[in-house]
Amino acid sequence: MAGPTESEIAGLVRPGRVHRRVYADPAIFELEMERIFARAWIYVGHESQVKAPGDYVRTRIGRRPMVMTRHEDGSIRVIHNQCAHRGAMVVAKDAGNARRFECCYHGWTYATDGRLIHVPLRHGYPAHFNPDDPRTAMVAAARVASYRGFVFASLAADGPPLADFLGYMTTSFDDMVDRAPDDEIEVAGGVFRHAYDGNWKLYLENLCDAAHPIFVHRSSIDAARAQDDAAHSTGAGEIAVRQMRQNGAPHDFWREQVGIWTYPGGHAFLGDYHDDEKLVAAGGDPLFAEYLAALEAKKGAAEAKRVMEVTRWNSNVYPNLSFMSQFRQLRVVHPVAVDRTEVHTYAFRLKGAPARMFEDTIAFANVTNGTGSPVLTDDLETYGRIGQGVASAGAEWIEIGRGYETDRPDGTGGVAGIDSTSEIYIRNMYDAWLGYMAAP
Amino acid sequence: MSRPAPDEIEGFLVAEARMLDERRWEDWLALFAEDGWYWVPLEEGQDNPREVVSLIYDDRRLLETRIRRLAEAALHAQTPASRTSRIVANPTVEEEEGGEVTVRAKFQMVESRNDARRVFAGTTWHRLRRDGEGFRIRWKRVDLVDCDAVHDGISVPF
Repeated sequence: MAGPTESEIAGLVRPGRVHRRVYADPAIFELEMERIFARAWIYVGHESQVKAPGDYVRTRIGRRPMVMTRHEDGSIRVIHNQCAHRGAMVVAKDAGNARRFECCYHGWTYATDGRLIHVPLRHGYPAHFNPDDPRTAMVAAARVASYRGFVFASLAADGPPLADFLGYMTTSFDDMVDRAPDDEIEVAGGVFRHAYDGNWKLYLENLCDAAHPIFVHRSSIDAARAQDDAAHSTGAGEIAVRQMRQNGAPHDFWREQVGIWTYPGGHAFLGDYHDDEKLVAAGGDPLFAEYLAALEAKKGAAEAKRVMEVTRWNSNVYPNLSFMSQFRQLRVVHPVAVDRTEVHTYAFRLKGAPARMFEDTIAFANVTNGTGSPVLTDDLETYGRIGQGVASAGAEWIEIGRGYETDRPDGTGGVAGIDSTSEIYIRNMYDAWLGYMAAP
Repeated sequence: MSRPAPDEIEGFLVAEARMLDERRWEDWLALFAEDGWYWVPLEEGQDNPREVVSLIYDDRRLLETRIRRLAEAALHAQTPASRTSRIVANPTVEEEEGGEVTVRAKFQMVESRNDARRVFAGTTWHRLRRDGEGFRIRWKRVDLVDCDAVHDGISVPF
């Protein structure tokens, strides 16, 4: 089947508009898997998930099942979870520790870097069979690199180094790690895996969308506003109710106090124009004061102040990662089909912070990323409705023009929107999309 | 409290399931004690709702908000509303202590919404305290057989 041509693809993106085919055409989706997910740096996991040699965790690049391992030499490897013999998936558990991976079918056995190290019944294979030939290995990602513990892999041998790919977004990763008094974070507390009947791009298109909460989350905002704060809470419900109310901040708040910044490669972050005082985590919370004291004790007052003045909300790293430092949440988008997407969400523990802070992280994860969350379920419903909307022809163009012609360079190599409700970050993602997709 | 008769416990579980099927959310909320909580763990055998994420972990305050939301007009995730049909079975009293009982039971729930059908099944745990002629729920835990599987959004309590 001939895919869409480069000029056809270029015609799908116009100033402030995008054609519905980018969300609905299976041929476009197949091309995205080749040209975006098999070329870009894709987030595959965090180093804390594979601390010791032999530790492994299953992950994905596009639709490909991959395994991230800590090899015996201490390096991190990312290998395709498929036996080179008859094609069976080799690693069947989500995570664990193994010295070697043995295929269930005929016992081909691989080292944690994917090299074939043992083939039973050798006499049966032909004379030209060579277990040292790379073709007999589990296929390793061409490139693996990490930035401050966040591991990315690329299936393309050539391309920009990770630091260039991330550009100014490295500062958002810095913000995740710098907030730990011990300068170290770790994945903890389980993984949500939720799904919706819509395209993978919709997820990041929503994560920096400051205009949607008051509409999409109307039900949880109103329910939380009517909540009696005298009702019993272990602390978890208090965080949840406060966050739901926060979603209902008036439009002036989003216009005057929150901004959106975008960077080459489709990346963006939503941030606060001011300081941490306003965030739900902070204001008058004794636990936060205890944390701040720990941060100051380890890093000094000046550095602690600098860290607190970085007020990122969601940071999007195109094509499939979104994270936020204040509550240490990270979401990874996995495309399944043109109209089906899975999202896996993770929480991080700040080393050196008061233990109870992690309970707040979990409470926040439950309310923002939880499969049963009164907030997230309305987002998932919306993605599904877009999936239904774009599926048929007749109304061809999608508007992504909020804030168009008011975008302005911001002095850090990026472009800022006029205010946080600008759709500049979506237009920026389609600039990146065209860069990948219109290149043969 | 005096040991509840098996019929009494089964009657309570059946009445609760009916409330949920009939979307009488406020009636269901009223079954919970003032410091009651409702928990649907994400992991098999999960023993900690505070340091591991959960499909649902509601203290009384969040449960009240959740239930209030289910009656909101702009409830997109439940427009149209799900219809559910539940079967509860196999109740056993697992513990009696300090005037309370812990009841273990099995449930299956079919959910129908937007031409799609989902089946949920698992084990429920109710911690019950005698309250007049009936019971109050001190806590309720629902262990889904596929708690850690990929799920689309879950809006209807089990």
